[in-house]
Amino acid sequence: MRNPISYNKRREFSNKLAHLLFATAAFVSIFVLVILLSDLIARGSRFINWEFFINFPSRFASKSGILPAMLGSLWLVVLTALISIPLSISAAVYLEEYAMENRFTRFIKINISNLAGVPSIVYGILGLSFFVRTLGLGRSILSGALTMSLLIMPIMIVATQEAIRMIPASLREGSYALGASKWKTVKGIVLPSALPGILTGVILAISRALGESAPLLLVGAFSFVSTLPKGIMDSFIVMPIQIYTWMSKPSADFRDLTAAAIMVLMALLLTLNMTAIIIRNKFQQTYE
Amino acid sequence: MILTNKDKMKETPSELVIHALLLVTAVLSVFITLGIIFSLLLNTLQFFREVSIWKFLTGREWTPLFANAQYGVLPLITGTLTVTLVAATIALPLGLSSAIFLSEYSPPLLRKILKPTLEVLAGVPSIVYGYFALNLITPVLQRWLPQTEIYNAASAGIAMGIMIMPLVSSLSEDALSSVPLGMKHGGYALGATKLEVVRSISIPYAFSGIVSSFVLAVSRAIGETMIVTVAAGARPNMTFNPLGSVQTLTAFIAQASQGDNAHGTTSYYALYAVGLLLFLITFSMNLFAHRLIQRKKEAAAS
Repeated sequence: MRNPISYNKRREFSNKLAHLLFATAAFVSIFVLVILLSDLIARGSRFINWEFFINFPSRFASKSGILPAMLGSLWLVVLTALISIPLSISAAVYLEEYAMENRFTRFIKINISNLAGVPSIVYGILGLSFFVRTLGLGRSILSGALTMSLLIMPIMIVATQEAIRMIPASLREGSYALGASKWKTVKGIVLPSALPGILTGVILAISRALGESAPLLLVGAFSFVSTLPKGIMDSFIVMPIQIYTWMSKPSADFRDLTAAAIMVLMALLLTLNMTAIIIRNKFQQTYE
Repeated sequence: MILTNKDKMKETPSELVIHALLLVTAVLSVFITLGIIFSLLLNTLQFFREVSIWKFLTGREWTPLFANAQYGVLPLITGTLTVTLVAATIALPLGLSSAIFLSEYSPPLLRKILKPTLEVLAGVPSIVYGYFALNLITPVLQRWLPQTEIYNAASAGIAMGIMIMPLVSSLSEDALSSVPLGMKHGGYALGATKLEVVRSISIPYAFSGIVSSFVLAVSRAIGETMIVTVAAGARPNMTFNPLGSVQTLTAFIAQASQGDNAHGTTSYYALYAVGLLLFLITFSMNLFAHRLIQRKKEAAAS
């Protein structure tokens, strides 16, 4: 016969111990983030000055800058957004508002969620063989943006679908009751009401494109560019690839320069993420 | 969808055009998948004209750049497995534990801090985790275990584990929060502690969701490129030693695409064969994970 009191104490003790362990695990994320950010600031700060933003990369760390990389990233992200946003929203509207529950629709939905899990470098292979070679677009901004669009479209479609699903049927029925057609209801009621949710998803997908580098190793993004891009057929370099190039150099100066470039990239990404979170919290209505 | 009489709604010609355009964009995703499969398959077939499938799958030497090139993919597989195992050892327990903490233990205020932190961590680009592995984890490892090489599987694996941890955590938390409150309250009514409720009610109920989060995270780790390219080295070794340099499937693709690999050579096509293998591995894992969740949903609905 075991002693019920000590048995209960043991149960309580293991509960407390587990509580502590689970909490520690949850705090690992904060711990890692603090270490990473403080290391970046400690190492990179001395390179953050005006010159850093207006210079080209150079053999000397102290004279190196990220202007071509920043402009290249801007070109790539804007073009990617122009291609992927309309296509993704339109696909999501079809799937949520028009498609009938049948095998074909289910197949498309499964396919999209599987595409979201395809490794990014595989998109790079597709971009290399289709856009760069078959279509002959070369290692241009356009090739990069098309590849990046394929990569982020599944993410955008799923986010838009979720935003549209939040809109209650009563809103649509109200519109139909007033005699509006299907498309008018989508355009006038569904999309405007779902806009905050869609915007959040779009911003998060765009920030993914801004930080992604693996597919661009294959599709475009030269490691050294001596002119600034002026059109979509120009060669280019993006910030993550610039970071990768500098990281591959063995000198301590370049390591710190890498930290500076990462600081800039992280600042941009955090701003985008914050914007997305603020939009989600501020403008997203909840329907009963 | 509440409106069941969709097909009965009359559409004017212009509305029909819009309907068709929307349909085309949705079908585009199928063409993306087909594009991936075809571009991989066609070039891989070219590769298998020169190297036998059997030798590719069972060969123990991967030396595409040597004069006497060998295309045995096993060293790349063991490299990938070593890094992934390290990542899983870090990410699965930590991710699940923090999911349990967030869904069962955490006070609401703390949750409001931890959730966005995990989201930020999930949004950090993989190249930054590469920096983290190379400049922060490797020096620590070298201090503890002096035999650690500069480029090693362990530091890449640890960084990758940190990267996929938020994925495990958020998907597991979704699964845990789907446990009906009544079930948990039943446990508490019987006098169970929180840990006992988690262990004998929440985890068993959410089991398939948790497993599927594990599978998705591991598949993400297998497909991750930049961390291993930066921090794991580029030596295809038939080894499971985490402190040595290895090359993964993805790191080979990245390396092969950068070098002066002439278009049309065998070593160029090797990139596609490795890509197809990577695609098949991750695709089947993702499919399995989605099936698992789907089955659970259907079981819960019926």
